[in-house]
Amino acid sequence: MTRPTSEAEYLASLVPASVRGVSRRTLLRGALGAGTLLAAPSLLAACGGSGGSTSTGSASGTVTVGSNQSDAVPKAAIQAVMDAFHKANSGITTKINTIDHNSFQENINNYLQGSPDDVWMWFSGYRMRFFASKGLAGDVSDVWKNLAGMSDALKKASTGDDGKQYFVPSTYYPWAMFYRKSVFQKYGYTEPKTLDEFKTLGAQMKKDGLVPIAFGDKDGWPAMGTFDQLNLRVNGYQFHVDLMAGKEAWNGDKVKKVFDTWAGLLDLHQPDALGRTWQEAAQTLQQKKAGTYLLGSFVAQQFSKGAEQDDLTFFNFPEVDSTIGADAIEAPIDGYMMAKRPKNEAGAKKLLGYVGSADAQNIVVKADPSVIATNDKADQASYTALQKKSVEFVSQAKSIAQFMDRDTRPDFASTVMIPAIQSFLKNPKDIDGLCNSIENQKKSIFSS
Amino acid sequence: MARRKYKGIDHLSSVDRVVVTLMVVVPTLLVLWLVWLPAVGSVLLSFTNWDGIGPISSAKVIGLKNYHDVVTIYPPFWPAVQHNLIWLGVLFLIATPFGLFLAVLLDRELRGSRVYQTAIYLPVVLSLALVGFIWQLIYSRDQGLINQVTGGTIDWYGDQRYNLWAALLAASWRHVGYIMLLYLAGLKGVDPTLREAAKVDGANERTTFFRVVFPVMAPINAIVLVVTVIESLRAFDLVWVINKGRNGLELISTLVTSNIVGEASRIGFGSAMATMMLLISSVFVAIYLRYTFKEQR
Repeated sequence: MTRPTSEAEYLASLVPASVRGVSRRTLLRGALGAGTLLAAPSLLAACGGSGGSTSTGSASGTVTVGSNQSDAVPKAAIQAVMDAFHKANSGITTKINTIDHNSFQENINNYLQGSPDDVWMWFSGYRMRFFASKGLAGDVSDVWKNLAGMSDALKKASTGDDGKQYFVPSTYYPWAMFYRKSVFQKYGYTEPKTLDEFKTLGAQMKKDGLVPIAFGDKDGWPAMGTFDQLNLRVNGYQFHVDLMAGKEAWNGDKVKKVFDTWAGLLDLHQPDALGRTWQEAAQTLQQKKAGTYLLGSFVAQQFSKGAEQDDLTFFNFPEVDSTIGADAIEAPIDGYMMAKRPKNEAGAKKLLGYVGSADAQNIVVKADPSVIATNDKADQASYTALQKKSVEFVSQAKSIAQFMDRDTRPDFASTVMIPAIQSFLKNPKDIDGLCNSIENQKKSIFSS
Repeated sequence: MARRKYKGIDHLSSVDRVVVTLMVVVPTLLVLWLVWLPAVGSVLLSFTNWDGIGPISSAKVIGLKNYHDVVTIYPPFWPAVQHNLIWLGVLFLIATPFGLFLAVLLDRELRGSRVYQTAIYLPVVLSLALVGFIWQLIYSRDQGLINQVTGGTIDWYGDQRYNLWAALLAASWRHVGYIMLLYLAGLKGVDPTLREAAKVDGANERTTFFRVVFPVMAPINAIVLVVTVIESLRAFDLVWVINKGRNGLELISTLVTSNIVGEASRIGFGSAMATMMLLISSVFVAIYLRYTFKEQR
């Protein structure tokens, strides 16, 4: 060992070898190595993913399914449907990607423009046609050629702006005024047919200590149902469709009349609705504290199966104008669409044909008795009383609307209508100001 | 034994030079790519009406229309600005001073101060989303604790006269703990001889604090100020979890999110509001930077 010739060398010799061994250089080298090791799998996956596609002519291989049925009961139902499909078509396996219901909707733009699953669940209405016209959905007209049991109205609801079909319906559910039979029996109420009858009934319910109409608009969308029903009754189906499409003025007399009618009914609604979720409002109905509740038939999910769900029934929203009547209803349709460029097109089309069939829909409606099948060949014998009534209700309707947030542009529905309706509920007196505000925003959005 | 004479920083070997360059360039590129590029992109997109579908080049340039629409025909905007200012005011004038006060009290090392510290700091480790949920159980109109105990029917989260204050109480509950801890750490670092000197001169507690301790804590005060401003401009999670920022709880951040994220996809419109938020924040950042650089001279 040589003698150190400078202070630096002397100090360096005092550092033990085990510590000196890790110099700055070796540390950096180690970090680089570790970083590469961590990054390598993701890099490899990126390389490998794109090479695994099989564009087959015959139906075999794997079909990926994007599902938004994240709640336990519907999720199990979808799994059962896919298992049954695999049994019937042993060459094809399905891979279900379940995503939380709200997240699925919120990320739909990115999802479809990235690499979506071959088949994905969605809703019919404007939003379906919107994606079809933007080229984000696959044409499934040839699936429809072999699809039996779907009514013309359903086919129309599955058709895009170019006349081709892009959607295969699975289930739907009507919106109506729900009530408990036992409560109506107890107080001797009858189902009202006109708005005046309903107002009288409401006054009577108040005297009996019930809230006439349960109401919870914290999430913003439930009140859209009330607007839609009133608009369908006051102005008719065609005006409603045109209004949703942006072709009619929101500050015209017709729309003001709808808000006026609604303002006249507000004293029958449950107060402080803006802090209450629809589930809490449904529980008010379930606890026999409210007389009626305007919601979709999924309200049954808040009632326990068996006797409680059997006690639940509904009547059509009463007519307001006798020249218009009450034959227009709202029944949003849920179903499946195909990606524009699916990895397994033949398999995807076969799956779509299956989910539109009666066999698949039987499985779904059995697991979730709050919805009904779209295929009229589905087995209705095992339907609950509520489901049977829903089928009858939907089949006698002359026109079916989808619901405001599916019938109109989503940016208009969520950024304009939700705040507008909530401000109407807070301040029902300034209808002119409200309608002008909506019209200005609508012009700005629809012209872009 | 190889002898490496240290030749000074200008004479790094070429390997060293490459390493240093990478260590500077890679993070800079990341910051440019993840922070600056999207920020500039947002500002540019605010002049278009892009709806998020298709390439950005398909967006139509519409000039200042988005900005015009935001300030004239978009009803939630001005209430949102008001609420942001109220949020800033409450945090700045009530929550932060209260946190300071608690820090000063706990600095006295009373019996059980450890327990108090932990209890007051505990809300800070909870995410704001969880805080919103916890307070929902207290504030709910039909099933919440307050209404069950008092028998009232006030709709704390649903009535727009009360819900902003209810949310501010929940946010302050968390903010106070955060400020208390920052300040307590700063107080521990104050030279005790200063306090003794003040006592010798006959100053009481209050004078000691305001005249001696507080000025010495100037760097901590600056940090506390910055944290308060950032927290109030950033306020989002709590309000989003309550009711997605509607009905009296509008904030600019929630408006931006509800317009851009999700089905609405009004990217141009939301970007206009985001750009406005950037400008407002820049004012505070500029003030702070001016203060810091003036100090250093």
